[in-house]
Amino acid sequence: MSFISYLINGISLGSVYAIIALGYTMVYGIAKMLNFAHGDVIMIGAYVVMTAIASAGLSPLAAVLLAIVFCTVLGVLIESVAYRPLLNASSSLAVLITAIGVSYLLQNVALLIFGANTKSFSSVVPVPALVLAGGKLTIAGETIATIISCVIIMVVLTLFIKKSKAGQAMLAVSEDKGAAQLMGINVNGTIALTFAIGSALAAVAGVLLCSAYPSLTPYTGAMPGIKAFVAAVFGGIGSIPGALIGGILLGVIEIFGKAYISSQMADAIVFGVLIIVLIVKPTGILGKNIQEKV
Amino acid sequence: MKKMNKTTKSNMVTYLMVIVIFIAVQAMVATGNVSSLLQGLLVPLCAYVILAVSLNLTVGILGELSLGHAGFMCVGAFTSAFFSKCAVEAIPAAGVRYLIALLIGAAAAGICGIVIGIPVLRLKGDYLAIVTLAFGEIIKNIVNILFIGKDSKGFHFSTKDSMSLGLEDGGTVIVNGPQGITGTPKDSTFVIGVVLILVTLFIVLNLMHSRSGRAIMAIRDNRIAAESVGINITKYKLMAFSVSAALAGVAGVIYAHNLATLTAQPKNFGYNMSIMILVFVVLGGIGNMRGSIIAAIILTLLPELLRGLSDYRMLIYAVVLIVMMLFNWSPKAIEWRERYLSRFRRKNNKSTKEAA
Repeated sequence: MSFISYLINGISLGSVYAIIALGYTMVYGIAKMLNFAHGDVIMIGAYVVMTAIASAGLSPLAAVLLAIVFCTVLGVLIESVAYRPLLNASSSLAVLITAIGVSYLLQNVALLIFGANTKSFSSVVPVPALVLAGGKLTIAGETIATIISCVIIMVVLTLFIKKSKAGQAMLAVSEDKGAAQLMGINVNGTIALTFAIGSALAAVAGVLLCSAYPSLTPYTGAMPGIKAFVAAVFGGIGSIPGALIGGILLGVIEIFGKAYISSQMADAIVFGVLIIVLIVKPTGILGKNIQEKV
Repeated sequence: MKKMNKTTKSNMVTYLMVIVIFIAVQAMVATGNVSSLLQGLLVPLCAYVILAVSLNLTVGILGELSLGHAGFMCVGAFTSAFFSKCAVEAIPAAGVRYLIALLIGAAAAGICGIVIGIPVLRLKGDYLAIVTLAFGEIIKNIVNILFIGKDSKGFHFSTKDSMSLGLEDGGTVIVNGPQGITGTPKDSTFVIGVVLILVTLFIVLNLMHSRSGRAIMAIRDNRIAAESVGINITKYKLMAFSVSAALAGVAGVIYAHNLATLTAQPKNFGYNMSIMILVFVVLGGIGNMRGSIIAAIILTLLPELLRGLSDYRMLIYAVVLIVMMLFNWSPKAIEWRERYLSRFRRKNNKSTKEAA
C-alpha cells in the first residue's frame, strides 16, 4: 500500500512540476530564452493568495483568481520591460542574466514586503481527503485537486494551441519569427500572450504547491523552478506533452528516491537520472532532433 | 626594447590593472580607509575573480554555457581542506603545505572536469547548461553525505553518520557530512590571492593566444568548419573545460583556506553561486578577461557598499543588474550609445581642427 501512496504523491508533485514546466517550455519554444524568474512568479502568486485571504478576507476561489490576474499582469510587465529589448541582442546569454536579475528583484521585493520569516500557508483546496481500501490508503484532497487541475490545464492548453488562431500564431512564431511576421502575425503580441499564459499557470502552480507543502518564504519558488526547468529539459524543451511527461517522471523519481533510497540524496538522484537520459537522448524524451545544415 | 604586438600589449594592461588595484587596496588598508568588513571580503574576492576568469574560458572562449562551475570549486575546496587538515602536523611549513594543497585542489577539480566533460560536452546549448547544473548539484549533495575519519589504522569512510565510521579512541572525524570540515589552517591571504589571480590570467591569456586556443575559438565559431580542417573537437573542448575546472579548483582552495568551517551549502557551492559567477562573466563581457575581473570586483563590493541602505541593498543590486544588462546589450541602447559617441567625436574633431 505504501508503494501506491508514494506513487500517487509522486504523480501529484510531478503534476505541479508539469504545470510550472509548461510555462518554461512555452516561453522557451517561442522566445528561445530560459526564464529564470518563472519560479519566483510562483512565489508571488502564493503570497497574493495568502494576503488576499488573510487581510482582504476574500473567498479562496476569488483569491486564486486574483492571484492569476496579478501574475498574468506581472508576467507581461516583466516581458515588456526587461526581456523584450534584449530578445534580439547579439548574445542569448544577455536575456538569461536579465532574467536572473528579475528573479533577484522579485525575491527581494517579497522579502521587503513579507519579511524573511516562514509563513504558514493554509490550504485553499476544498476537496476532502479520499479514504480507500478500508482506511489503508488515504489520498489528501490537495493531491486529488493537483492531479485534476494538471489534466484540465493540459487538455485546455492543447486545444487552445491546436484550435485557436492565437495558438496557431504561437506555433508559427516559434517555428520562424520572420516568416510569421510576413504573414501578418503580431510577433510581439504573441510573445506577450505566451508570457501571460505561462505566468497564469505559475500562479496556479504556486497555489497548488503551497497547499500541499504549506510553508512560504521569498525563496519558496527557486528550487521548484529549477526542478521544473529540469523537467522541461527532461521531456524535451519546447514540447508541451514533454513537459507533462518530464514533470510527472521527475516527481515520481523524487518521491521514490526519498522513500526508498535516501532523503538527502533525492535531489542528486533526480539530477543523476536527468544526466543519463540526456546522454542517451541528447534532446530529451520528446525533443525534436534538429539536423545541422552544413 | 622590442616593440610589443597588440595582444601582448593588451595582456600587459590586464596584468598591470590587477597590480595597480592590488597596490591601491594595500595603500588603503595601510592608511586605515578600509572597514574590517571589507577587509574580510578581500580573500573571497580573489576567489571570485579567479572563478570569473576561469568560467569566461568556458563561456567566452569555448562558447559553451556552464552552470556547474561552483561544483568544481567545491571539489577543489574540499580536497585541499582535507589534505591541509591531515597534513597540518606532518608539514609544519605553511607555504609548502599551501602549495601542495593548491596542486591537489587544482588536480582534483581538473580530473573532475575531464570525467564530467567527456559525457557532457557531447550535448549542446541549453542541454549542456542544465547537465552542468545537475553535476554541480550532485557534487554538493555527495559532499554533504560524506563522512571520513582517521585513526591509527588509516582512513574510514561512511555515507551515513560519524558514528558508523567505527573509529578507535583517539581517532578524529575529518569530514563530518553536513557539518563539513572544521579547523582547516587559515593560510589564504590577500597577497597569495592576487598572485594566484595573476597566475590564472597568465594561464588563460596564454592559452587563448596559443595554437590550442585558436583551435578552441575555431570550434566556438563554427564547429563543422573546424572539424573539416582537421581540428580534434573532443580534445580541444575537453582541454578548455578541464583547464577551466582546474582553475575553479584553485579558487576553491583559496576559499577553503579562509574559513574556520567549510560546509557545502546552496549559498556557497550551489547553483546560485554558479549563476553569480556567470553574471560576472556576462556583465563583464563574454570573452573579455579584463571585464570579468572588473565585474567581479564591482558586484562583490556593491552589496557591501550599499550596506547603509540595509534592507534595500539587494533590491538595488537587482535593479542595477537589470539596468546594466539592458544598457550593455540591448540593440537599441547600443545604437543610441554609438550615435551619441560619434556626435561627441565629431564635435571633438571639429574643435581640434579649429584650434589648428
